[in-house]
Amino acid sequence: MSSGETLESLDYSILQQCMHCGMCLPTCPTYDATKLEQHSPRGRISLMRAIADGQLSPTRAFGEEMSYCLGCLACETACPAGVDYAHLFETARADAERSGALANPARRLVRFLTLRLLFTHPGWLRMTGRILRLYQASGAQALIRFLRLPRLLPPRLRRWEAMTPPIRPEFSHQLIRPLERPEGKPGHRVALLTGCIQDLAFSEIHRDTTDVLLANGCEVVTLPVQPCCGSLHAHNGDPETAAVLARRWLDLLDPFGLDAIITNSAGCGSHLRKYRRLLAGDPVYDRRAEEWDRKIRDIHEWLVEIGFVPPRGEIREVATYHDACHLCHGQGITRQPRQVLASIPGLRVVDLPESEWCCGSAGVYNLTQPEMADRLRNRKVDHILSTSARIVATANPGCHLQIEGGLASRPCPPRVTHPVSLLAAAYRRGGWRRPGSSIAS
Amino acid sequence: MAPAGRPEASLRESCPGLKVLDQPEQLIPYSFDGTAELTQLPAAVVFPRSTGEVASVLRWSGKHKVPVVARGSGTGLSGGSVPVRSGVVLCLSKMDKILEVDAANLTLRAESGAITSAVAAAAEKAGLFYPPDPGSMRISTIGGNVAENSGGLRGLKYGVTRDYVMGLEVVLAGGEVIRTGNQCVKDVAGYTLRDLFIGSEGTLGVITEVLLKLLPPPLSRKTMLAVYDDMEQAARTVSAIIAAKIIPCTLEFLDHVTLNCVEDHAAIGLPRDAEAILLMETDGHPAAVESEAEAMERIARAHGARSLQKAANAAEAASLAAARRTAFAALARVRPTTILEDATVPRSRLAEMIAFIREVSRRHQVKIGTFGHMGDGNLHPTFLTDEKNGEEMRRVGAAMREIFEKAVELGGTITGEHGVGLAKKKFLEAAVGRANVELMRRIKAALDPDGLLNPGKIFDFS
Repeated sequence: MSSGETLESLDYSILQQCMHCGMCLPTCPTYDATKLEQHSPRGRISLMRAIADGQLSPTRAFGEEMSYCLGCLACETACPAGVDYAHLFETARADAERSGALANPARRLVRFLTLRLLFTHPGWLRMTGRILRLYQASGAQALIRFLRLPRLLPPRLRRWEAMTPPIRPEFSHQLIRPLERPEGKPGHRVALLTGCIQDLAFSEIHRDTTDVLLANGCEVVTLPVQPCCGSLHAHNGDPETAAVLARRWLDLLDPFGLDAIITNSAGCGSHLRKYRRLLAGDPVYDRRAEEWDRKIRDIHEWLVEIGFVPPRGEIREVATYHDACHLCHGQGITRQPRQVLASIPGLRVVDLPESEWCCGSAGVYNLTQPEMADRLRNRKVDHILSTSARIVATANPGCHLQIEGGLASRPCPPRVTHPVSLLAAAYRRGGWRRPGSSIAS
Repeated sequence: MAPAGRPEASLRESCPGLKVLDQPEQLIPYSFDGTAELTQLPAAVVFPRSTGEVASVLRWSGKHKVPVVARGSGTGLSGGSVPVRSGVVLCLSKMDKILEVDAANLTLRAESGAITSAVAAAAEKAGLFYPPDPGSMRISTIGGNVAENSGGLRGLKYGVTRDYVMGLEVVLAGGEVIRTGNQCVKDVAGYTLRDLFIGSEGTLGVITEVLLKLLPPPLSRKTMLAVYDDMEQAARTVSAIIAAKIIPCTLEFLDHVTLNCVEDHAAIGLPRDAEAILLMETDGHPAAVESEAEAMERIARAHGARSLQKAANAAEAASLAAARRTAFAALARVRPTTILEDATVPRSRLAEMIAFIREVSRRHQVKIGTFGHMGDGNLHPTFLTDEKNGEEMRRVGAAMREIFEKAVELGGTITGEHGVGLAKKKFLEAAVGRANVELMRRIKAALDPDGLLNPGKIFDFS
């Protein structure tokens, strides 16, 4: 969607493309749980169409419905007619926000603090991360939780407290140099995007990604300070800020000088490929955005594309793979992460039942819609425990935290990791050394 | 006449505990089914959880003279479950339990809102087989399948939904509950009333429970794909296979337009200049399957197949079936509006009918891709159009009318498996004759004298 687009101004054929055949219904988690059409993709599209036709205004009930949708895009995979649901959904959420139908002072404040302040200022976000880290590492969090003090918080805040991700002691810029070169002449020049949550909670996945790229002859550019990609904003009805962030990225990183722009986070990846549409009608950025979209690669997709080196080190374990929605449904990438896992000697990969069913993380959905999110999390965790896997691999920070949180309450849970971290470990065990370092880290 | 004021208020009083939706944001998503162009907002949508609740809704409907439209998952393609003005939609999606699989009697009992693929899976789990496989089976309800007498890809060998219904529980207009049929293969005690409700499109009663017949599953299957330069050759292949006393379980074709749309969408490597491709599958005992497959291959080659691929294993079979599987999705992407029709002719007239569709498509300048079930003569001429373009829609309408008239002229029918509903009402009399429609009206008058059950569907009644 372009940032000023509304359901009424939208190209009507996108709405019309839905032939309401119902093939999306069995794949929609909210329809599955309720069996009510208003909570289904075709039901939601009918409401959007009613707004475009002027038969309905963006009421509170409409806004709530759009918030109840996970945005998992399973419906896009199921749709025989190729409806661009992501486009419709983002436009509808923006309409709902603009109408003010959902607004109240607390919600407005939270949205301002997160979408407009924290997630547009990477420095402030990292500072918040540092404070959180201090709180966690000092034992203050443990003490406060031990004393059951979060009970004094209102329920919503109590939930948020419980879900604060464990912050890494070091962030990406402390682990990765701005330019890292592989052994010998580089075959490719790529940039690595480090994102927001991934940078704070999983910076080691970025180190692993860099190592895997180096091991495959890629020269890696990693900007030390990186803005948010805007996916959070686009998915949550703030396309204006998403457009500001997209322009900021296009100013910072020239896609013409790179072979690929790499992301290892599914939620970012599916948004990053759509900068051109987001900036539609902006002649200054059009060509650059087009080139940007063309260069964006999910890390697994890139590895398979360049024919990655099979690792020699063994990992003697049983693993399973959870498809992040925005990787399998949002970007159609299902085969490549499995190819990466299958290449690891000793690793036995078992199928996860319903691997493409949303885990309930869905961006900030687990904060805004706790009931449905918990239901989906339990369903996912039950499936994981039904396998013999000791490792769950997934390629999205939201899923990672959600699944880890769900497994934490179960006896001897498997550990959660990123497929690329397993590949990096297998390279290191096979004797691969990072250029310029004397030890295998 | 609807009662004065809001009908849902008295409905809530009459049926305490019943889930009732009546807000615009809740009703708009129930104002259509899977049919293009048809929409009507209902007054309310209700979700019974038991036969008793269905009965109390129909008692209320009879008392207040409010029309009721029964609905499953709303995937119908003839407008059969599109609401009627001021009417109530009775949605059976919450009555979705599989009640019993009886391996000794080879039957399965389920509530009518059970999903068709769940029925098939429950049979499979017991080592048995429920053959009807309508295209929407992953979400369609078994009650909807019975009410529409749905078909599927296995029609030639295994028949349609009707062939698997042994018994029904039905709530009649006014709320009386009857059970008809049982687990006996033989039963001639009076009229076979269950047959009256199969394919009645919700106009004679509301089906609440079904008793289905199951089969032992075929032990083995073999899949082939043949390519032709001429549709006539493909059709003759099919006739010759059947003349050789082989009844394959699948004989599916794609025409030139459809296979090119499949190539545009999925690039699976079909020859773009071909006029027809034919997907053939035989199933049964391994020895029989082997010899039948050989004979089918020989016959296809003898009738001009320019190439023929035979799957060596399940993975290869799936890849051969890919073209047929993606056919509808490939067509649906071409234009904003997709209208899937199901004109059906005797098998022997199929090539003639397909040639006629192509000619109509050219003459009216309307894009039509045709695919379907060559074994049973059931075609799916699929109109690729834009409902916002009034002028083009008039041409679509004219082309459609000619196609239906031709189908009837060739001894066929206006609908093979989608039903009449609203979409084909105007063609019914020409297809079956006035006497038939009159008899249908008399049956309707006997069962639903006030015309409250899905009124205005199939034919007008008043």
